[in-house]
Amino acid sequence: MFSNRYIFIYSTVMVIIVAAVLSSTAILLQPRQEKNKTIANIQGILAAVNIEATSDNAEELYRQFVKTELGIDQDGQVANLYRNGILEEGDVRPFDIDLKKEHYNKRMGNPFLSPLFIAEIEGDTLYIVPMRGAGLWGPLYGNVAFGPDFNKIVGADFSHDKETPGLGAEISEGAFSDQFIDKMIFDDSGKFNSVIVIKGGPSALSSDLKIHGVDAISGGTITCNGVNDMIKNCLENYMLYIQNNN
Amino acid sequence: MSAEVKEKEPLFSPKNRKLLSVPLNRDNPITMQVLGVCSALAVTAKLEPSVVLALSVVFVLGVGNVVISLLRKTIPPRIRIIVQLTVIATLVILVDQFLLAFAYDVSRQLSVFVGLIITNCIIMGRFEAFGMANKPWPSFLDGIGNALGYGWILIAVGFFRELLGSGTLWGYPVLEKIGLYSTGYENNGMMILPPMALIVVGIIIWVQRSRERDLIEEN
Repeated sequence: MFSNRYIFIYSTVMVIIVAAVLSSTAILLQPRQEKNKTIANIQGILAAVNIEATSDNAEELYRQFVKTELGIDQDGQVANLYRNGILEEGDVRPFDIDLKKEHYNKRMGNPFLSPLFIAEIEGDTLYIVPMRGAGLWGPLYGNVAFGPDFNKIVGADFSHDKETPGLGAEISEGAFSDQFIDKMIFDDSGKFNSVIVIKGGPSALSSDLKIHGVDAISGGTITCNGVNDMIKNCLENYMLYIQNNN
Repeated sequence: MSAEVKEKEPLFSPKNRKLLSVPLNRDNPITMQVLGVCSALAVTAKLEPSVVLALSVVFVLGVGNVVISLLRKTIPPRIRIIVQLTVIATLVILVDQFLLAFAYDVSRQLSVFVGLIITNCIIMGRFEAFGMANKPWPSFLDGIGNALGYGWILIAVGFFRELLGSGTLWGYPVLEKIGLYSTGYENNGMMILPPMALIVVGIIIWVQRSRERDLIEEN
């Protein structure tokens, strides 16, 4: 039989070994994982402007097309400016702004920043808005790109951490994100309506809202509602900036 | 523990081969023991996650059963479940960390399901029923056999659910290519919801029992 002493020692040793193995693995692999995450971010931004990047050429393509990054404060003013590899204003590169922290600041009524990436592609100026929201099981991420008018969507890309494969996780597929192309976020009178992700898509909406409608995913309702809220909540932060610049 | 057999048994003796083959059919973890059904319902909406989850379970169950078998004489019975759980969790976290570092795309596609292997009752069931009482090599075969038995059901269910529910296979639009939609065919949206996985598993059990009558319980 095993004595209590043996059991205590056995479990202590087991826990120490497991902890050592897991934490050293995590520490050893962390730089690679962080790098993968950054590259996935860059791929997401490029995917929003319909540039397909592999993990090898993503950083190069990003430098080539996205030359300006802005950090916009709660009053719609440019607080951070990063251009051609140099941080000209502010103390943090807009690419490194932590949206989770900024959304928390917004909820708490503190000053907050919203990043905006400006890409020059074939002579057009495109605005890319990075987004973060909540899905069914975890956070959702997205990048939505707008044409020079900051109204018509030219591309979108979504990703997630833990949505259900085959259902909510389908938001990261092209079949879903391609529907956003050519949708408007303002109606004819200039009122902000965001994008409306709804079962049935444009056909489920009244005629004046059809330009905002995107078909949701069956079986992924909560994730799609999350996308809906994410786009609306994130775009709100840019309204003053858009007004100031029109 | 019974007296250990002295003479060397061949690696693939009939007994050892049975450890691999029986779980594929007559003692299948899903259709006969009805274990691991929760993950079979959740991941099988598409073929690809079904296949990747099957492979991950093959790794965790194969390696885990060997580890438990090596430790079997040192594990105090009173805390054996905790030890088993720790071994499973360690292996699963390692798989997850390595996927994040070296196969980031696969890891993103699988999302929650790698972590969910921890809760798969087949794994603990095999540790408890086999690894704790047998030598490493038979334990390895038993682990692989059961994981494959679980895996082929997952893949079969994933195949039918993706084909009938989304009209695709591994993301490739099969039904669109053969022009079925132009005849008025529509995807069955119910197939991608979890209840249909249960019904598909039920149909597999039905087919299996009607082929092998002696599996039917008397009552």
